[in-house]
Amino acid sequence: MEYEAVIGLEVHAQVHTRSKMFCACPVVPDTGNLPPNTYVCPVCLALPGALPVVNRQAVALGIRAALALHCAVQPLSVFARKSYFYPDLPKGYQITQYAHPLARNGYLEVDVSQRFCRIGITRIHLEEDTGKLYHGNDGTRVDFNRAGVPLLEIVSEPDMRSPDEARAYAMALRDVLVYLGLNTGDMEKGMIRFEANVSIRPQGSGTLGTRTEIKNLNSFRALSRAVDAEIARQIAILNSGGQVTLKTLGWDAAGEQLFVQRNKEQAHDYRYFPDPDIPPLAVTPEWVASIAASLPELPRARKARWVAHYGLREEDAALLVPDRALAGYFEAAVKHGLGCGVAPQDVANWMTGEVFRLLKARTSGITGARVSPERLAALLRLLYVEDAINVASAKKILEVMFETGESPERVVERLGLSQISDPALLEAVATRVIRDSPTQVAQYLDGKEPLIGWFVGQIMRETRGKAEPGQAQEIARVFLERERSNRF
Amino acid sequence: MIALCDLTAHEALDLLRSGEITSVALTASALDRILAVDNDVCAYLTLTPEQALAEASAADALRRAGQDLPLLGIPVAFKDNLSTRGIPTSCGSRMLDGYVPPYDATVVRRVKEAGAVVLGKTNMDAFAMGSSTENSAFFPTHNPWDLARVPGGSSGGSAAAVAAGEALLALGSDTGGSVRQPAALCGVVGVRPTYGLCSRYGLIAFASSLDQVGPVARDVTDAALLLGVIAGHDPADSTSRLDSGSDYTAYLARKDLAGLRVGVLQSHPEDGIQAEVADATRRALKTLRDLGAELVDVSLPHGVYALSTYYLIAPAEASANLARFDGVRYGFRAAADTVEALFSRARGAGFGPEVKRRIMLGTYALSAGYYEAFYIQAQKVRTLIRADFDAAFEAVDVIVGPTSPTTAFMLGERVADPLEMYRADALTLSQALAGIPAISVPCGFDAAGLPVGLQITAPEMQELRMLQVAFAFEQATDWHRRRPSLIESS
Repeated sequence: MEYEAVIGLEVHAQVHTRSKMFCACPVVPDTGNLPPNTYVCPVCLALPGALPVVNRQAVALGIRAALALHCAVQPLSVFARKSYFYPDLPKGYQITQYAHPLARNGYLEVDVSQRFCRIGITRIHLEEDTGKLYHGNDGTRVDFNRAGVPLLEIVSEPDMRSPDEARAYAMALRDVLVYLGLNTGDMEKGMIRFEANVSIRPQGSGTLGTRTEIKNLNSFRALSRAVDAEIARQIAILNSGGQVTLKTLGWDAAGEQLFVQRNKEQAHDYRYFPDPDIPPLAVTPEWVASIAASLPELPRARKARWVAHYGLREEDAALLVPDRALAGYFEAAVKHGLGCGVAPQDVANWMTGEVFRLLKARTSGITGARVSPERLAALLRLLYVEDAINVASAKKILEVMFETGESPERVVERLGLSQISDPALLEAVATRVIRDSPTQVAQYLDGKEPLIGWFVGQIMRETRGKAEPGQAQEIARVFLERERSNRF
Repeated sequence: MIALCDLTAHEALDLLRSGEITSVALTASALDRILAVDNDVCAYLTLTPEQALAEASAADALRRAGQDLPLLGIPVAFKDNLSTRGIPTSCGSRMLDGYVPPYDATVVRRVKEAGAVVLGKTNMDAFAMGSSTENSAFFPTHNPWDLARVPGGSSGGSAAAVAAGEALLALGSDTGGSVRQPAALCGVVGVRPTYGLCSRYGLIAFASSLDQVGPVARDVTDAALLLGVIAGHDPADSTSRLDSGSDYTAYLARKDLAGLRVGVLQSHPEDGIQAEVADATRRALKTLRDLGAELVDVSLPHGVYALSTYYLIAPAEASANLARFDGVRYGFRAAADTVEALFSRARGAGFGPEVKRRIMLGTYALSAGYYEAFYIQAQKVRTLIRADFDAAFEAVDVIVGPTSPTTAFMLGERVADPLEMYRADALTLSQALAGIPAISVPCGFDAAGLPVGLQITAPEMQELRMLQVAFAFEQATDWHRRRPSLIESS
């Protein structure tokens, strides 16, 4: 029988506010590097008598995410207590939103291998992160620096049908959250974590099968591999006449294996009830409107605009969009380039090629780069509009610009890299090369025509790279053919 | 000649201001009294005498420098569920034995900032769960009027300390009657403020939607004075009101009650009201009428459900509030090999039987399949109880009745019967559920010489009206001037 997978995702994203969800302790994005238990107070340590106060900035960022995901922000939402015992949970309950979340009923549009999907968002709510356990030989220690950091939980509808779709949705959602400035998108540091709900059903069936839940997926790869494995596991069960049972699974990323965390009968009763320490959260239409007015253009819209207005190749746009700083840089360079005749696609090619390569070798990222978008455009103008330099020189110039922060004109002048476009000069070089290379000339004339490249190379070397390669090839061909006619 | 510690706070302030006494003398007098009687009364869990004398001396210096503050130099005591920086705060439980908070509760900070001298921390039923202070993990407190009897609870230590002159003022906390009932049983004044008037930040939570800090004092003026100091919005408590705070003493002048409509509840036999309590209440109502008040019968139809409603909501909230006591970060810790064993041993040995009983009740009420039938249903009834008061207050300005069905009962008398113990709060639960203020003032004595308390309930945020009525009643009577005989022999 053919089966169809039905997948829903719960995404937990840290919200990068100045202070924690319910206290004034600062939020540090990478708590792993701090001395343990240094960013704590009576509230996030759950000392007796301490009380939570809702962080307004976290709510504002939650609303921002809700609006970007086309959700209805609820005028009244309620914080609830989710009770369970664990050493990393200081109060013995997590403050979260349950029956009345911050926002409901939205969607995210996602492109999956040229196909467009709209994935429904069931709900978005705010909650607090737990502390972190460190297991050692001498016992287990707990660090509460992370305890109380705001988290946004985004629950999708079961709208995905394949691991690829789940992965594409997760990546698109990550891009949106990064664009909104509420998360760094750094998966390795656990800034975004996934849980997948997976079930299968006969192709074409309208009912849902029994679902299982895979927890703690910390990378896109883990997500798609785990979902893939779970679909296969469920198909095998059904094919052998068995039944899928409710389970909570974990994913061993190193061994690429699923393991059972909890069976149905071990399911927790979290005993949710409204937190009496926190009055219902009222969100006024005015507040929502002011946040809506400040929403940035989102990755998918930006990509579409680049393709439509700049004539960019889809795949280049996709590479340049996700990092908001990089996208902004690219867009600025395109604008400067358009003013002087540089094609946006050329800017894109240089961004995804040389600029990416140069950035990779440095840690500062695009925001720390010493080359402004304007100067990148100026370099490309010298290359493509004025023909003043060739590609090889341009690459060298860009590298120097990254080092020194000089203008392209200055580098060209300092290194003497301006292109030789005087035919007489090139012809003189070609004549010299042919005269000095009788063996290669003979081979060429005997029919080994690819050797033309070797002659071009020689000309480039003689001119220290300043020749325009096309022109050099043309001159080499004309002179070699002249040799041929001289021989007969 | 009475001891300085038997003065009311406002009397003592007058003498401090006129320079006739010093805070050091006043504080020493209170410490002497503690030395003399607390072996019998057992009101205190922790005493801070050296610190108190140092604070008193600093208060005297401040006064000599021309400064004055609302409570400058007045010795006070705090219930042991109020976090006090550097002073052990056990909440009456083994679970927090040895715990020293790194911060002050907001109300504690305000009392200190008002210049008060801190004598120590008073005994209480563990986690404020109880009506007799017998659920203290350490020892029971004895009623200063009869040492064989309970002082009431859970703020029994605070009420007994104030009654016995072991503190001029004290703070207690009232979740379902825990300030008013012990005040009644110890013959002192106790106030439960409107929910949200006083910050809960630093008050170790029992039931968050019901807990309120309140003053215990020897007369209404003192209660008003202390209430004015602790009331007021606190950004650290999201449930604290924005519109709070007032100098309540400034309005305590009226000695008649002309035009006041006093609501009187018809009592039911099942309330179990002791005849002498009913008599004292009747006489008090007559006094109010003599002062010009009009007595109007009122009814609270859903009042009969207050006890069951309270014992669902309060334990439900407590079951989550007390989950933080897991032995990981502070407090009682038992050696264990696994996390589960760590939790269950710490909680098994750290909590007493009443606390465990309520955690289990609350856990049950919140469990899947029971939540709707118990917790949600209780919340609905709570709304009806609130609506009953709203309706009653259309016709009357205050509602007056007994605070406790009985006078102080014998130590050990109700220990074996939790439900009988719960009934001690039968008359104080509705106000807590409705979030409205009520005060207990002395209104007589039974044949055994035990005090009876009169409860005056007012609408939300009408503390002023409540205190004015209590003040006028107090001016017309002298019950509040009586002191337990234990004092004379000390």
